[in-house]
Amino acid sequence: MLRGTPRAPVIGKHEINMAKITLDGIRHSYTGHPASEADWALKRLDVVWSDGGAYALLGPSGCGKTTLLNIISGLLEPTEGRVLFGDRDVTDLPSDKRDIAQVFQFPVVYDTMTVFDNLAFPLRNRGVDPDRVNQRVQEIAQMLDLQDSLKNRASGLTADGKQKISLGRGLVREDVNVIMFDEPLTVIDPHLKWQLRSKLKELHQQVGVTMIYVTHDQTEALTFADKVVVMHDGLVVQIGTPVELFEKPKHTFVGHFIGSPGMNLLPCEIVGGAPSLFGNKIDIADTIEASADGTKIEVGVRPEFVRFETDGLPVEISKVDDIGRHRIVETRCNHHSIKMLVPEGVSIPTDKAHIRFDPAHTQVYADGWIIT
Amino acid sequence: MIDKTTNQKAWFLVIPVVALVAFNALIPLMTVVNYSVQETFGDNVFFWEGVKWFETVLHSERFHASLLRQLTFTGIILLIEIPLGVAIALSMPKKGPWVSVCLVLMALPLLIPWNVVGAMWNIFALPDIGLLGKMINGMGIDYNFTQQPMAAWFTTVLMDVWHWTSLVVLLAYAGLCSIPNAYYQAARIDGASSWAVFRYIQLPKMKRVLTIAILLRFMDSFMIYTEPFVLTGGGPGNTTTFLSIDLVKIALGQFDLGPAAAMSLIYFLIILVLSWIFYTLMMRNEEQ
Repeated sequence: MLRGTPRAPVIGKHEINMAKITLDGIRHSYTGHPASEADWALKRLDVVWSDGGAYALLGPSGCGKTTLLNIISGLLEPTEGRVLFGDRDVTDLPSDKRDIAQVFQFPVVYDTMTVFDNLAFPLRNRGVDPDRVNQRVQEIAQMLDLQDSLKNRASGLTADGKQKISLGRGLVREDVNVIMFDEPLTVIDPHLKWQLRSKLKELHQQVGVTMIYVTHDQTEALTFADKVVVMHDGLVVQIGTPVELFEKPKHTFVGHFIGSPGMNLLPCEIVGGAPSLFGNKIDIADTIEASADGTKIEVGVRPEFVRFETDGLPVEISKVDDIGRHRIVETRCNHHSIKMLVPEGVSIPTDKAHIRFDPAHTQVYADGWIIT
Repeated sequence: MIDKTTNQKAWFLVIPVVALVAFNALIPLMTVVNYSVQETFGDNVFFWEGVKWFETVLHSERFHASLLRQLTFTGIILLIEIPLGVAIALSMPKKGPWVSVCLVLMALPLLIPWNVVGAMWNIFALPDIGLLGKMINGMGIDYNFTQQPMAAWFTTVLMDVWHWTSLVVLLAYAGLCSIPNAYYQAARIDGASSWAVFRYIQLPKMKRVLTIAILLRFMDSFMIYTEPFVLTGGGPGNTTTFLSIDLVKIALGQFDLGPAAAMSLIYFLIILVLSWIFYTLMMRNEEQ
């Protein structure tokens, strides 16, 4: 924020902390003295979360999602790097001073309190006016369908109900910089999952606070978020809209992790500025420079962008799966499997066939990272 | 329906257990019941007396006095040991090499036999040669546990606290260690004070182990015999004569088998009823 600009807008007693969150060169290791690259849980992150965004943090278990979240919330101090809220360095600030909310994977409720007191707890700890507390709790209870059990003891609720309380405690404060959800719907019933996820989305549109939603489920990530941050092995491999992740994965991991089935990745060589697959030239949108020796070059194409043609790469059909509106056809070329998604009405050759990749959606990767 | 073959031979398999329980619990208990309703003048000749001994014990001032002493003693040590045990457990490290050191230190008093504890404290507290007794007198306080009732009580309570607080500490520590880290993290984010963390997270999560700790300490202290017997022998006078010491005096000192048997049964019933009341009260909220 520039010096001399008016302070953030004030509504009621609460200051609205609108701020972008910057992770500047964050590295973290759980071992005291990281010796090798493998000791780092977070290898190096430079991420800017713009204010009011709905982000999903997507990645397999153990990739560092929760570590990243705990660094933002201040539960964990990063080994290296800075965390900035707006222009303010909060790296050394404790969690309760950061004005953030976090919902954990497993429900955390204060057993001896009623549902009402549980929801009111974060507000009361900050000395919010009782009338306002009452009003906020009623609103949140309404939203989460908890209004009938407000007077009940929290310990008597089901896992679903308890997790709703956890969610509610995360949502109850209005003056937060960011609300973080660490796989919050793991313990929730499937039918309720959909309902709660759309509630969260709706809520994000209403209040416009930054939300970061951690998940390892791509459907969950793609439906919730405007922007998806994909993590792999302690690194952020791509930040993008769901469409970008689908059409132009920056890393082979993104191609393979997102999409069902994932991207086809085939070892290739660069001949004359274009990839060559087992002696067959593959058309791509751009030309690429010849790569250095020793790097692993792969061509990647999603099954959606592979078509049967009269000429092109010769393949053998090995398997056809009907999944409703499409069929997944598995073909083999030189002992490598290439999957393709064939829409209804297109006939599938029985044995030998030729296929082509859509040049606009075919990428070349060197050691996992895109070079086209 | 599946047809079950009738085979009662399996009952033979429980005979060893039945015999064991009979010999170590049922038969001794029934002997006591037998004594409690009869009078004997020796020679194994018994006369039926009905509930006379029960009436005698219940109306005896001596029984009232030892029961009152017992209740006072148990009340005092529970009031000291439970909060103290919880406080020590809270201040113990949660990880690192000091955990084992603390746990071993805590477990040490529990490993010492009761009569050794009594003897240790007897010597420790002697006003002329004991470290504790000499020190207190050195500070200008007149202290002699063999002659002053207050000093005798103080020493007995201190000895029990020293011997048994560890049990509460170990149970409370186990309860604390079972609290998932997410609770503390959520509390930090919710801005909870350390008192609120104790009141709303640690105490409720320790409730079950504390219930067990209170029950164990109640029952054990209510039956306490060896340590005060070795330390004070129930004196000076009768001032530290607790129920079991009194019972032994009646049964083996005066050889009044009838009243002693009746007193045993009453004693047993008091412990049973009080334990049941404690347990019910503490577990009542659980069901809601």
